[in-house]
Amino acid sequence: MTHPVASHREATDVESVFREVYGQAVATLVRVFGDITLAEDAVQDAFVVASDRWPGDGIPPNPAGWIVTTARNRAIDDLRRSNRGRELHELLGAEGALLSPHIEDWEDDGPVSDDQLRLMFTCCHPALRPEHQVALTLRLLGGLSVKEVARSFLVSESTMSKRLVRAKYKIKATNIPYRVPAEADLPERLRSVLSVLYLIYNTGADDPVRASLRGEAIRLARALADLMPDEPEAMGLLALMLLNESRVPARTAEGALVLLRDQDRTKWNRNLIEEGQAIVRRCLRRNQPGPFQLQAAVQAVHCDADSFESTDWPQIVTLYDHLLSLLPTPVVALNRAIAIGESEGPDMALTALDAIASDLNDYHLMHAARGTTLRRLGQWDEAKTAFERAAHLATTETDRQFLQKQIEVLSRHH
Amino acid sequence: MSQYLLSTYIVDGAVPGGPATPEEMQAFMERVATLEAEMDASDTFVFGGALHSPDAATVVGSSDGDVVMTDGPFAESKEHIAGFYIINADDLDAALAWAGKTAEATNHPIEVRPFRATGRVQA
Repeated sequence: MTHPVASHREATDVESVFREVYGQAVATLVRVFGDITLAEDAVQDAFVVASDRWPGDGIPPNPAGWIVTTARNRAIDDLRRSNRGRELHELLGAEGALLSPHIEDWEDDGPVSDDQLRLMFTCCHPALRPEHQVALTLRLLGGLSVKEVARSFLVSESTMSKRLVRAKYKIKATNIPYRVPAEADLPERLRSVLSVLYLIYNTGADDPVRASLRGEAIRLARALADLMPDEPEAMGLLALMLLNESRVPARTAEGALVLLRDQDRTKWNRNLIEEGQAIVRRCLRRNQPGPFQLQAAVQAVHCDADSFESTDWPQIVTLYDHLLSLLPTPVVALNRAIAIGESEGPDMALTALDAIASDLNDYHLMHAARGTTLRRLGQWDEAKTAFERAAHLATTETDRQFLQKQIEVLSRHH
Repeated sequence: MSQYLLSTYIVDGAVPGGPATPEEMQAFMERVATLEAEMDASDTFVFGGALHSPDAATVVGSSDGDVVMTDGPFAESKEHIAGFYIINADDLDAALAWAGKTAEATNHPIEVRPFRATGRVQA
């Protein structure tokens, strides 16, 4: 893996080119052959040829085009030799795709990019269960090996392999279309794609072992934003990821979690902040707000502040009010309550938290927020109980250790 | 063009969301008639119908040339198929759109399942 947010190919090694063109090549071949497994096999064969030739001959000027051409030719050869191939060959011959001698036509960015977009919508089709959507996206568009996908779900390779086979079976058996959805379905279908990408990012953010998923999610979000420049939510998601990513270097110290309040802001990545904030400003000018844009705007406000204390908290509360009107979920209400704690004080925060406590009784961050608020109010015992509940519910080791530390400090001093 | 089975289910003797009063029944019939007219007009409808309750089912098996009959449905389940449509649709998105309309008309969840093969088997 190269730098997690590399936007341009560092065209030095075959591995990094592989990552970048895998999804494009698979996407184009799915269109040509109408079969995902066949496309995957062909692309893998082509990469075997590439890893043989490129180190000596150099990487061709259009690696994606080279891979697509090689994969297509190999697949056609294989098909001609097999029985199944003759049928498929006749079928495809009718459309003329296989017989077209103009391979160069495919090397234009246009058709290849559209193919990738189609594949994103197919992988994230709502008829597939969400974990299958994520697995397919990582495998087919991210070019992760089955082993790597398995690792990102913390399941065995054979479990993941079965899962992918099942998901691909459903796509084929039910005839899930390979296209960008019609205007009427687009908002809902796009939401599905965006949440899959954000889930991939957050999986990488929650667990240092799976950190490379963040870079993969950003790469795919960047591709999506490029492919759908008229969709402000796609831009919003990219900005949200970039701004979150900018703070990663300050989020942990010696493996322990560092809260936003205590982070060394000089460690934040200024390039990512600038890029993210520029996108947020563009979204504001467009004035079609949506959940991802608003979350990105909140992060942009944080990234603007020199310190926790000088953060524009009233602005953040306003953004959360807006977000809550579009996305009335308890988790959004929780974030709003936390922001109220900073702008209006812990009393108001506690009132807001109590209003949603029953909805989030099993969510560790709810109890962590209550613990922090109660501690500010000097209610030590209640604060400790809340942190204990949070530690019990925490889903990652880093969070658990952080919460355990709060409990120890409270026990020692009060 | 593919064919899909859209089915409804009876659970513990009743179809969830089904009409309970004569007025509801009347409105239900009207909605379904409208839906079926729309399916006909678009050449979507292949076949469909409502089934008698699973109490009316018999399972017929064959063992060493003997025909064995069992009173009751095949699946030992609380849920049994209650009715279905077989439709023509270009792809899953089109089938899901019809399933959505059917769910709206019947006030009942619709299972969508593609046919692997249709028509007569060629020996």
